[in-house]
Amino acid sequence: MKLGKIKELLEAEVLCNEELLDYEAVSAFACDLMSDVLSLAKKETILLTGLTNVQAVRTAEMLDLRCIIFVRNKRPDESVVELAREKGICVLFTKYTLFTACGILYSNGLKGADML
Amino acid sequence: MQELLSVKYDVESGDFIRGGEASSSIKKLLQQLGIKADIIKRICVACYEAEMNIVIHSYGGYIEAKIFNNKVEIIAKDRGPGIENIDLAMKEGYSTAPEYAREMGFGGGMGLPNMKKSCDEFYIDSKMGEYTEVRMVVYF
Ligand SMILES: Nc1ncnc2c1ncn2[C@@H]1O[C@H](COP(=O)(O)OP(=O)(O)O)[C@@H](O)[C@H]1O
Ligand SMILES: [Mg+2]
Repeated sequence: MKLGKIKELLEAEVLCNEELLDYEAVSAFACDLMSDVLSLAKKETILLTGLTNVQAVRTAEMLDLRCIIFVRNKRPDESVVELAREKGICVLFTKYTLFTACGILYSNGLKGADML
Repeated sequence: MQELLSVKYDVESGDFIRGGEASSSIKKLLQQLGIKADIIKRICVACYEAEMNIVIHSYGGYIEAKIFNNKVEIIAKDRGPGIENIDLAMKEGYSTAPEYAREMGFGGGMGLPNMKKSCDEFYIDSKMGEYTEVRMVVYF
């Protein structure tokens, strides 16, 4: 699923790296615990999280993830967005809660990520 | 087996803002050296978990990356309380991390198991009240 479609479905705002909206995500993972995220296998995964600090971006960076979606109207600090911009990670921001955002994406065909 | 290059970064205790910078710098270096992306990912996941353990559980320490022609070795060593029971600490889900670490996205007790899974070789050594040292190797 293209990030552009995800943005539409979640009525999300793009906070940085808008040029990645053409990127094709093959799966998604939702979690607030970064160690769980770090055991992800596929890099074409996107991360949905309520954790809006810099460590969410660091985690995505280590895994070569191209997109983070911050949920529940929790807008990250500009420093967090700045780091994501520098690392080439597209940041989306949605009003939906984690559960609802996942439900919307899943029911539109995006599947969960495999673990290592 | 020849050591080509080594870098070393200090890691501060309790610094959740800068925690991860050492791993990020090491990642950049490995990319510049043209190492394969999936190998870099395995190294960096392990390195980052080790770095955050220094931030969360120790009084401070360092991360060192030694690059050889056939492997990368990561050494994470700190001054700190040490680990009393290493077998227990290695169990998935075991954590003594404080609540604030959980709020920062860590403390799920998956760090050491992740490091071990991510690397070809994993060694951990600790002395109560003195230090913890983790050494990890990934072959190219
Ligand atoms: N560098 C360290 N110094 C002291 N204790 C540590 C260190 N690293 C790990 N530990 C101990 O091992 C436990 C498990 O570590 P880990 O698997 O990384 O989980 P977490 O960091 O989420 O607690 C920690 O909760 C802590 O008790
Ligand atoms: Mg840990």
